[in-house]
Amino acid sequence: MSIISIKDLTKIYNASQVPVHAVNGISLEFERGEFAAIVGPSGSGKTTLLNMLGGLDDPTSGTIVIDNQRLDQLKSSERIKFRLNNIGFIFQAYNLIPVLTARENIEFIMELQKIPKEQREKRSMELLEAVGIPDKANIRPRQLSGGQQQRIAVARALASRPKFILADEPTANLDSKSTGTLLDIMEKLNREEDITFIFSTHDARVVNKARRVITIEDGRVKNDEVRQ
Amino acid sequence: MLLKISWRNIWRNPTRSMVVISAMLVGMFAGVFSSTFINGWMQQRLKDGIETETSHIQIHSPAFKLNDDLKNYIPEANAITADIRKNDQIRGVSPRIVIQSMIASAETATGVKIIGADPMEEKKVTNLPDKLIEGKWFEGVKRNPIIIGHKLADKLKVKMRSKVVLRMQDTEGNITGGAFRVAGIYQTVNSTFDETNVWVCNTDLQQLTLLPDGAAHEITIFINNQDDLASIENQISATHPDLITESWPDLSPELGYLTEIGNTYMYILVIIILLALGFGIVNTMLMVVMERIHELGMLMAVGMSKSRVFLMIIIESTFLSIVGGFAGILLGALTTEYWAVKGIDLSIWGEGLSEWGFATIVYPVYDIPMVVTIAVMVILTGIVASIYPAYKGLKLNPSEAIRVI
Repeated sequence: MSIISIKDLTKIYNASQVPVHAVNGISLEFERGEFAAIVGPSGSGKTTLLNMLGGLDDPTSGTIVIDNQRLDQLKSSERIKFRLNNIGFIFQAYNLIPVLTARENIEFIMELQKIPKEQREKRSMELLEAVGIPDKANIRPRQLSGGQQQRIAVARALASRPKFILADEPTANLDSKSTGTLLDIMEKLNREEDITFIFSTHDARVVNKARRVITIEDGRVKNDEVRQ
Repeated sequence: MLLKISWRNIWRNPTRSMVVISAMLVGMFAGVFSSTFINGWMQQRLKDGIETETSHIQIHSPAFKLNDDLKNYIPEANAITADIRKNDQIRGVSPRIVIQSMIASAETATGVKIIGADPMEEKKVTNLPDKLIEGKWFEGVKRNPIIIGHKLADKLKVKMRSKVVLRMQDTEGNITGGAFRVAGIYQTVNSTFDETNVWVCNTDLQQLTLLPDGAAHEITIFINNQDDLASIENQISATHPDLITESWPDLSPELGYLTEIGNTYMYILVIIILLALGFGIVNTMLMVVMERIHELGMLMAVGMSKSRVFLMIIIESTFLSIVGGFAGILLGALTTEYWAVKGIDLSIWGEGLSEWGFATIVYPVYDIPMVVTIAVMVILTGIVASIYPAYKGLKLNPSEAIRVI
């Protein structure tokens, strides 16, 4: 049973009066526990597709069903709540809250979910351990390396116990060592805890780790390869 | 956590925040200090007005209120006075003979209001004995002593123990008069009052005017507690319905308006200050929102509701106002404390001020409700000023905002 089902998804931008098909009739299914990479050249529609999957952008047409719920039909406020409880996000630029410590960044998401303080504290420490930096709990993002910040972003994405995680170019700003560490952490979480990861990436190292690679060109799926 | 984020956000750009906080501090300091200054000034004027000029309550015959003629006296004034004195809420009652008359010295003559009273009883209803700059209250002159103001003394060119002549009509319509000797010269904050009011013994005046025993034109009452004013006034009024009983706000309405005028002026001043500061906050918070479009987009993307984003910006602005505003209020309070003891000397404008009855040394006084109102207005300014920037934050589209770097 798939957790994400998209059908005939289209996104048209009307830039300078000329309609641009950023995503052009894509249909895809994602199963629980997938470790999938969406690849393609710049402007191919990867990020637009990811934004629509995350409910950040409205499709021009087509449907997005997540766990039997039509994401594209939700109102803006409902979609924010849906994202909070169902989707984890990892961004290229980490996007941590600079005025909060590593631990507070993770707890913040759980506080939005109104999880009691004790549970929040316990889980945030567990997640920091899972991403290998429990000693950075009380340090603010600015004092951490890019790789460490992205690991906190992974922990934050996991904090709300989402159904899946969308990662937009998560390794683009990292060196090869940090990339390797981060991918190992995400792969381990995927295998051991059955967490679904969907990446958009240019990075060959991410593609090599992925067990499914979806290639997009000009807003269409060019290839959808499942690896063992 | 929202409070923590908002508070820490303020200190992300300390210079900018400190500029807003400093502006708020200076504005609120000016507001609070002006309020305590004006309040102190008005209260002093009120106190002087009551203690020197009107006392708390005065009783007159209705005819005297229409025409302050010598014949419009209260015949049984002494009996009424004795009756009123039984009330232990009252500090003093003094029946007065009041005549508009002429006073003349060897140099010149002028019109004055002569108040004839029992010196001992009069001391209980006026602080004039404390205002004597020369002489003692009806002491040192055996026959026909008179107490005059320094301004009048200057005008008549008289000194202590100088002779002056009072001219008036008696109750039979004959012109009469008597020579009086200056036993004391007083100086109040009101130079006009000093120039136009003289005090003599009631018995001396009674002899000259042929007024019957126990008669007076005015019964002046000084009470122990200002809070009892209305009840005592009503009580006397009910006991003596044939007479006119008035408290100081009726006798001297301008005194009653003073506090009101002071408060109105203060509110206008504070509102102007807060309006100016409010625009500063709008500007700062707009910069904050514009600078953080990317971050706000991320917060909405990860599940922070728009109402929370809105609230976060409001809280940030409110914190700025509270920190600056309350620091200003505190500074204003400390400054007030200092000057409340030392007094602010306005004697360079002394002549003009004393013409209007205002003291030249001002002791600022807190008006707690006003300070609380100002504090609430500060917080409201912070909230109102951040509504537009917060609304701009609310309108952000997370997917577009997140692309802004």
